Amino acid sequence: MATQGSTSPTASAPLVDMRDISIAFGGIRAVDGVNVDLYPGEVVGLLGHNGAGKSTLIKILAGAYRPDSGEIRINGEKAEIGNPRDAKRYGIETIYQTLALADNVDAAANLFLGREIMTPWGTLDDVAMEAAAREVMGRLNPNFRKFKEPVRGLSGGQRQSVAIARAIHFNAKILIMDEPTAALGPQETAQVAELIKQLKAEGIGIFLISHDIHDVFDLADRVSVMKNGKLVGTARTTDVTKDEVLGMIIMGKSPPGAIAGPGAVH
Amino acid sequence: MSQSTSHSTIAPAPARPASPPQAPAPSLIGALELDVRFLGMVGALAVIWIVFDFLADGTFLTPRNLWNLSVQTASIAVMSTGMVLVIVMRHIDLSVGSILGVTGMIMAVFQASTLMPTFGFNHPAVVVLTLVSGVAIGALIGTLHGFVIAYLGVPAFIVTLGGLLVWRGAAWAVAEGKTIPLVDDHFKLLGGGADGSIGAFWSWVVAAMACIVIVLATVQARRQRQRFRFPLKPVWAELVTAGAGCLAVIAATLVVNAYTLPAALARRYAEANGLTVPPEGLAISFGFAVPVLVALAIGVIMTFVTTRTRFGRYVFAIGGNPEAAELAGINTKRVTLMVFALMGALAAIGAAISTARLNSATNAQGTLDELYVIAAAVIGGTSLAGGAGTVAGAMLGALVMQSLQSGMVLMRVDTPYQNIVVGIVLVVAVWVDTLYRKRFK
Repeated sequence: MATQGSTSPTASAPLVDMRDISIAFGGIRAVDGVNVDLYPGEVVGLLGHNGAGKSTLIKILAGAYRPDSGEIRINGEKAEIGNPRDAKRYGIETIYQTLALADNVDAAANLFLGREIMTPWGTLDDVAMEAAAREVMGRLNPNFRKFKEPVRGLSGGQRQSVAIARAIHFNAKILIMDEPTAALGPQETAQVAELIKQLKAEGIGIFLISHDIHDVFDLADRVSVMKNGKLVGTARTTDVTKDEVLGMIIMGKSPPGAIAGPGAVH
Repeated sequence: MSQSTSHSTIAPAPARPASPPQAPAPSLIGALELDVRFLGMVGALAVIWIVFDFLADGTFLTPRNLWNLSVQTASIAVMSTGMVLVIVMRHIDLSVGSILGVTGMIMAVFQASTLMPTFGFNHPAVVVLTLVSGVAIGALIGTLHGFVIAYLGVPAFIVTLGGLLVWRGAAWAVAEGKTIPLVDDHFKLLGGGADGSIGAFWSWVVAAMACIVIVLATVQARRQRQRFRFPLKPVWAELVTAGAGCLAVIAATLVVNAYTLPAALARRYAEANGLTVPPEGLAISFGFAVPVLVALAIGVIMTFVTTRTRFGRYVFAIGGNPEAAELAGINTKRVTLMVFALMGALAAIGAAISTARLNSATNAQGTLDELYVIAAAVIGGTSLAGGAGTVAGAMLGALVMQSLQSGMVLMRVDTPYQNIVVGIVLVVAVWVDTLYRKRFK
C-alpha cells in the first residue's frame, strides 16, 4: 500500500510527495502539516468542506503560493517551486476552479498564455496557435467553433474545455483538477470522467479536488480528506465506504480502513 | 448561448486534416470582419467635420485646416498609443503632461547648453542626441513610476498624481521657469511647419509605400490562413478592405498636397532654390508634416507591439484577468513596469513634437495633456475596466478631440466654452460606448 513518508528515492518513489506542508494567512493556518502523495497513473481525490484548505494546498503545488514550511518531492527529488512557471517545468498542470482564463482574448491565446508559439522573427504565430487549438479542442469538444471570439462569449462548458485543453496540451505529468465539473451538466461531467480515465491510462498522476464525494469516489484510487487545514486521513477507495469517507469529511473521524492523519478526531 | 457539447466520446480522433468548418451565415460586416466600433468612430468623425464645416462657413474642410489639424493632433496621438496599454492593464497615468513638460525642458536645455557648443551649429548629432536623451529620461521616469506601482504596490492613480506634481515642479526647476528657445534647425523639423513637411513628391512616395504594405499584409495574412486551411474571407471582402485602406491613404495625400505655401513664402523658397517663378505663381505643396509621419509610424509600431508580440499579448491578458495571467506564469510586475516605461518614452516623443512646434520649451508645456490623452484613449474605445482597446482607436480619438477644438476655434468659440463642449462630448461618447458594449457583448 502506498503510504506517506516513504524514505529514499527509489524506482517506486511517488510522482508527487508533499511533506508536512504548512501555510498561514494572517494568523490562520490554512494548511497545517499536511502530507499527501501521488503515484503515476493514479487518481487521488482531495476531499473536504469549502475552506478545508484543499485549494490552498494544491495552489502550493501549482506554484501560486509558497509554503511556510514543508517540502515537495517530485519523483523522489526535492523540488523548488517558487512560481507557476517552476511548476510547469516539473510537468505540473492545473485546472483551477475559477478556470483562470483571460476573458478578453480568444481560446488559442488562453491555451498558449505564457507559452506562446513564436515565428522565427520573434512575433506571435497566431495562425499556428489557432491550428494547435483547433486540433486539441477538436478532441475535447468537436463542436467547438468559436476560435475567433474572446472566451467571454463562450458557455460554461466551452470555457471549461478551454481550461482543460490548456492543461493537457503541454504533456502534463501531474494534473491538478480543482472542481473540474462544477460548471458542467451531466453529459459534460461524464465526458470529463472519461477524459480522466484516459489520462490515467497514459500514466499521468491526477489530483482531483472536490467538496462532493460523489464526483470523486468512483474515479479515485485513493482519497485524502482535509478538515480545518489538517489531514484527517488517507484511504484506498476499495478499503472504505462512501459513508465512512463522509464521516471523515463531516466529523473528521478516520475509519479503520484509512491511515489517520493529524487532523483526525479520536 | 447554447452549450455545444458532443455526443461522441473524448477519445482522440485521428489527426484528420482540419476540414474548414463552414462559416456562419455571412453578413456584410461579418464577411468584411470589420471592427464596428472603429467604423462608428470614423462615422462620428465625418459627422463632426461636416457639421463644423457648415457652422464655420466652409473653413473647416479646407486643406489648410485639415493639415493644421493633423499637426496639432500628433503629440496627443503619440501619447495616446501608450495610454491605451496603461488603461488596458487597469491602470492610469496622470503624469504624462508633466513628463512631457520636464523632458521637453531638459531636451531644450541640453541642446542649447551642451550639444550645440560641443558639436556646432546644426550638426546632425545634435538632433539625434537630443532625442535619445529625452526619450531615455522619459523612459527612466516611467520606469520609476512603474517600479513603485508594480513592486511597491502603490496604486497607479496615486503614483502618477504625485508624478504630475513632481515633474511639473521639475520642469520649472530645470531652467527656473525660463522659456528656453530651441537652437537646432533639424530638431525644429519635428514640429512641422513649411520646413518640417516633406513636399508633394515624397508624400506620394510615402503613400505608395503605405499602399504596398497594405496589399502585402493582406496577401500575407491570407497565405498564412491557407497554410493551415482555415476558413478564408471572400476575395471581394479582402479587396474592399485593402482598397478602402489605400483610398484613405491617397485621399490624405491629396489633401496635404493641396495645401500650398502662401505666395510670398513660395517666392522666397524659389529664390533660395534658384527656381524661376512662373507668372501664374508657384504652387509648392506642404505634403505630410514630419510630426504627423512620426505619429503614424509610432501608431504602426504600437499596433504591431500590441497585436503581434508577447509583451502586447500579456498586457491584454493581464488587463482581462490579472490572476489568470499570474497563474499562467506571466511576470505581471515586469510587464507593468515596462508599460509605464513605454508611456514615459512616448511622452518624451510627444515633448519633442510639441516643443519643436513652439520653437521653445516652457515649464507649462503639456499642462492638462494627461486629460486629453486619457480622453483620446477612452473616446477611442479603450475600456477603463481594462482588457479592451486599440491603438488605432485611440489615435482616432485624439483626432476627434482635436477636431472639436479646432472647429470651435474656427467658429470663434471662447476657450472656456470649448472646454465645456469637450467635457460634455467625452461623457456622452463614453455613455454611447457603454450602450454599445451592453448591446453587442
